[in-house]
Amino acid sequence: MLRAAPWLMIALLTLPVLAGLSAILLPAFGYLPALQHNGFGLMVWRELLETPGIGRSAGLSLSAALLTPLLSLMLVMLFLASTSGTRWASAMRRLVAPLLAVPHAAAAFGLAFLIAPSGFLLRLISPELSGWQRPPDLLILNDPLGLTMMLGLVLKEIPFLLLMALAALPQLNADQRVNMARSLGYRPILAWLWTVAPALYPLLRLPLFAVIAFASATVDVALILGPTLPPTLSVRIIGWFSDPDLNQRLLASAAALLQLMITLSAIGVWIAAEKIVARLYRALLLSGHRRHGHALLNVLGKSLMVITLGTLLISLLLLVIHAFAGPWRFPDNLPAAWTLQHWQSVGPLLLAPLGNTLLLGLVSTAVAVLLVVAVLEHESRQGRKPAQILWAIYIPLLVPQVAFLYGLTLLLEQLRWQPGLLMVGFAHSLFVVPYVYLSLAEPYRRLDPRWQQLAATLGASPNRTWWHIKLPLLLAPLATAFAVGVAVSIGQYLATLLTGAGRVSTLTTEAVALASGGTRGTIAVWALLQAAVPMLGFAMAIMLPRLWWRKRRDMTGQLT
Amino acid sequence: MSGVCLTLKDVHISLHGKALLQVNTRIEPGATLTVMGPSGIGKSSLLAYVAGFLASDFSASGEIFLGERCLNSLPAEQRGIGLLFQDPLLFPQLSVAQNLLFAVPRHVSHRQQQVDQALEAVGLKGFGDRDPATLSGGQKARVALQRLLLSQPKAVLLDEPFSRLDAHLRQDIRQHVFQTLRDAALPTILVTHDVDDAAASGGSVIELS
Repeated sequence: MLRAAPWLMIALLTLPVLAGLSAILLPAFGYLPALQHNGFGLMVWRELLETPGIGRSAGLSLSAALLTPLLSLMLVMLFLASTSGTRWASAMRRLVAPLLAVPHAAAAFGLAFLIAPSGFLLRLISPELSGWQRPPDLLILNDPLGLTMMLGLVLKEIPFLLLMALAALPQLNADQRVNMARSLGYRPILAWLWTVAPALYPLLRLPLFAVIAFASATVDVALILGPTLPPTLSVRIIGWFSDPDLNQRLLASAAALLQLMITLSAIGVWIAAEKIVARLYRALLLSGHRRHGHALLNVLGKSLMVITLGTLLISLLLLVIHAFAGPWRFPDNLPAAWTLQHWQSVGPLLLAPLGNTLLLGLVSTAVAVLLVVAVLEHESRQGRKPAQILWAIYIPLLVPQVAFLYGLTLLLEQLRWQPGLLMVGFAHSLFVVPYVYLSLAEPYRRLDPRWQQLAATLGASPNRTWWHIKLPLLLAPLATAFAVGVAVSIGQYLATLLTGAGRVSTLTTEAVALASGGTRGTIAVWALLQAAVPMLGFAMAIMLPRLWWRKRRDMTGQLT
Repeated sequence: MSGVCLTLKDVHISLHGKALLQVNTRIEPGATLTVMGPSGIGKSSLLAYVAGFLASDFSASGEIFLGERCLNSLPAEQRGIGLLFQDPLLFPQLSVAQNLLFAVPRHVSHRQQQVDQALEAVGLKGFGDRDPATLSGGQKARVALQRLLLSQPKAVLLDEPFSRLDAHLRQDIRQHVFQTLRDAALPTILVTHDVDDAAASGGSVIELS
């Protein structure tokens, strides 16, 4: 049973992706017998390349794919360098997980409320500083270059990369390296950048590739903050897919294949750039710079991170304000009155999406946790880990969602599978399993092997040991992994939309659907609920183990 | 109480092809074999091999007998070999009494009573409901020993069990452990780099180098 778990997980994570990608291959070249397309050739590609603005759409995806990870990485590295060994680092550790729980869509809506022409930021400086009595006619949201969209992505990717970095740092003995370099005369930040950063980077590589893949093909953030004329490639694929004219699916297939190529070339460009940067970096490192720029880096590293995370926090706060805001004229900083009206209008519509969201989140996470625990327990009993697991974990995160999910949906349609909760849950688990694994693997492996050995010498079988010793010792990380899984499931927009054929509504699909045409109040209510459910999950994951173990001193607070 | 002998027959252990140690010996009931040597020499891997959880990086050969029974093919939990680590390792999520109860085999009658007696025997009557984190170092060491005995081992392995104790406790606990194991007629292997441990055990010594 346990022996099968690793293979089951590898199959679960890779086969649907491969099946999805192969399902778009033939339609992309004109072959889709279900719709009486039996030809084979390059017509679809010709049509795709002649579509107005397609080059621009592709360019937007490519630039988002490269700039988002670059900015996020630089900010994270600078911040870690300027705060290594200080109290900032541990404070950040506590803040990062709940911020990571906020779904992309909710963060994007909050950001829109902050920086829109009629948003909070311009209200603060109007009319006193700006002189504006009405919202200026500026294209800040949906700007044609996609800068706002990238900002929205960066805000959400930074907590992700920070969490990955903070998890990887303990194995690097950062303090020792920094102290060594300091004893050679390097200022602390440069010491960190020269000795820790090069060792940390390889451990962030796969997460960075996941950021590239996500940024190149995001749909929900692009719908909320991205350009509209033309939109990003991923948004256009969804448009063609949901077109009533089914023939557009050929076009969508070719575009999905183009999307895959864009993502892969972005990763390729990144890998090529790595080599150049590594060479420059080494030259800089060996040049002996030990003082210059220290003060600047110090200020930059801390202030940029405060600005980024502050923006995210204020964005969330704006969701709360808008959800209860009555009339709110432009230059006013706060609403003139407060109201429950938005909640009353959303209330009756809430039950089904909320129920679906919770059901999908809890069931897909429960399955994922069982599978991941089985894999890790097998690994711990065998005393070795199969190397393929880590790559399998990243497959669904590295292949652009829109490409393989779209193909998977085509395939399921052809097999006449009913879209519904079951299929959506299955699609969610493709993303829930990797994140549950990433969250749980470290604590599971770090558990002192002597507990298990001790239990065995006392005559306990491996199963009894698991239930009585390992499960209680791992309760806190298990609860965190569970909260991570639920948060990932709640954040899924595309997987829900495609495999549910638009018929399965969740908090996320409802919120994103309002991006064009919803009132601010209702958008805020949906986005707030979408953010609140995963945050509640994290709060419970932190509280429950502490309550449970309140009478056991060594069990509180050590294993989070 | 009559025990059985622990026999190590031509035990060889190597790591990545490099030979670490070889042992060929027989330990009488109640006797202690002390294995000494600098760290990194593979002392602990000998214990892991006998207990049944040698890491897969190591390769080992040789047979282990408890009386007439060969242990090699048995998993750790069926070998009847108890182990004391450097740390007492009381399960932090269980109370003191639950720690002991976990060790009492299921077929034993009056399990709870056994636990109470075990606590009383080391002067810890009434400590059953305590959180193990609230015990002193010496108390923890005693509970760990009682827990080991309640699991009814046929032989015992000691992995530097006194090295982390404060100097004033070490003497005391050392006497207590050796006396208890002698009374229980258990063959014992002690791994240590402290010559006082070896002297207190009163048995033969193998020096590895």
